[in-house]
Amino acid sequence: MTFDTSGPNIPMRLTALGDRAITITVGSSIDEPTRQRVHAVATAIDDAQIAGVVETVPAFASVTVHYDPTRVPAGAGSPHATLAASLEAVLRDLRSNDGAPARIVDIPVCYGGDFGPDLDDVARQHAMSPDDVVRLHTAGEYRVFMVGFMPGFAYLGGLAEAIATPRRSSPRTAVPAGAVGIGGSQTGVYPMESPGGWNLIGRTPVKIFDLRRERQTLLSTGDVVRFHAISLAEYRARLAPA
Amino acid sequence: MSARVVTGGLQTTIQDLGRVGHQRQGVPVGGAMDRIAMRLANLLVGNPEEAACLEAPLIGPAVTFDEEMLIAITGGDLEPTIDGHPVPLWHAIWVEPGTTLRFGRAKLGARAYLAVAGGIDVAPVFESRSTYLRGAFGGCEGRALKSGDVLHASPRSAIADRLCAALRAPGRRFVAARWSISTGVRPAYGDDVLVRVVAGAHYDELRTEARSAFFDATFRVSTSSDRMGYRLDGPSLALARPLELLSEGVTFGTVQLPPGGSPIVLMADAQTTGGYPRIAEVASVDLPLLAQLKPGDRLRFRLVALDHAQGEYLAREADIAQARAAIAFRYGRG
Repeated sequence: MTFDTSGPNIPMRLTALGDRAITITVGSSIDEPTRQRVHAVATAIDDAQIAGVVETVPAFASVTVHYDPTRVPAGAGSPHATLAASLEAVLRDLRSNDGAPARIVDIPVCYGGDFGPDLDDVARQHAMSPDDVVRLHTAGEYRVFMVGFMPGFAYLGGLAEAIATPRRSSPRTAVPAGAVGIGGSQTGVYPMESPGGWNLIGRTPVKIFDLRRERQTLLSTGDVVRFHAISLAEYRARLAPA
Repeated sequence: MSARVVTGGLQTTIQDLGRVGHQRQGVPVGGAMDRIAMRLANLLVGNPEEAACLEAPLIGPAVTFDEEMLIAITGGDLEPTIDGHPVPLWHAIWVEPGTTLRFGRAKLGARAYLAVAGGIDVAPVFESRSTYLRGAFGGCEGRALKSGDVLHASPRSAIADRLCAALRAPGRRFVAARWSISTGVRPAYGDDVLVRVVAGAHYDELRTEARSAFFDATFRVSTSSDRMGYRLDGPSLALARPLELLSEGVTFGTVQLPPGGSPIVLMADAQTTGGYPRIAEVASVDLPLLAQLKPGDRLRFRLVALDHAQGEYLAREADIAQARAAIAFRYGRG
């Protein structure tokens, strides 16, 4: 499968993000084909090792390329123009990334009780029982579409429409690390304590963000995430010793 | 070498040039708000430009140097003194063991940088010694300095050795080099500044009157401002039509327009991605001017072409390279 940017596929747009970055837009919605395009673009640019590129940041439907203008080879035009030309060349030759299969990450969650202060409310909003909400949440297979907002915060797509729930009208000032929530049509886990407006339905003993672990952020773009229910006793047993 | 923090000041933190290569994990770049001031401070003490320094906003710390030390203070003028004597900014300074450096009030600008020869040594997190307060990691245990903290420096460079030898004068508390960073290279800080911007991705979505207002108005830095971003008080701006945007990469200098109508300028600790419309991007060369504004200070925006912004950036980098070369020539090998 190849991406022919000159063909009928969605064209890619390059826009300056100020004088030290370029945004490459490859779509306009959150879906799997767009995510794959994002992944292919980011991978191709990283592999090309273009002089001056500092890092690439994938998002839902775009890749931001951060660069150092002093390290872009001097050309006829500005560093922006020179880099844009190099990026366009990479995009023209784009191939799909048939790399390693997705990592599957299974996250244990203790649902409800003190860990799920909004579980009953979510259930009520959908005229179902809290058990039904948990069943639907754990049945899902979620894809990490991007990591942003805070270190290790993975935006997961694939939440069942039946339990999609609007954000709370008044956000909490402190959502604990490990909190599992639903915000609109997204679900996810808070990697560290922060203010937040998501509906909290459970908590995981797994550290989504752990500086002492070799893989400091647990989830990366492209990973597949599943949730399964555990008891409070099991939660306590699985918490890493302090 | 070590130094002891006598008082921490308002929110003094260890910063370097930030975390590179980890934004895709949601880790902000962070680092010094006024990168030019920090880099020049490092050059003055013979450090690599990315060595860790102290960033002291508004109310600076008091620090006692237990050993002989080569230091430099740049950025905002927070009235540094040793034994009541003013210490000049933008100069290499030799200090005697047992000397205490204190700061007064912000006379110009908003934050001072203190570099020590060798750079401050703390364990890097995500390859940087910068302090990320929100995530409580990096720098000194992810927090601001407080009384009792001990700072260690890595071994100083050969340039710093020669500078010390040239300035050392036992019996005198401190000695400043006679030369300094030329005024043309020091950013032109003020409390009412003109900041150059290039058009943002959604600049064309602004209503015509909003575009005029954005460039005609004098904005004030509100008190709801921190290392993540400055919220600006001024005319309320609006887009011609509502936009539903997906989160995309943003950067230090991105000017966002949230629904409320007050622009936010993202600063050093900005999140890696954001979903608000991006109406402008501050020219990198003018970021130090922004970094040295405090709540209540004023700014106006001026639209420039991307080519112009990059040309200015390259010219400033050439100035810094020249300063580096001059110091190396004078105090380097041979």
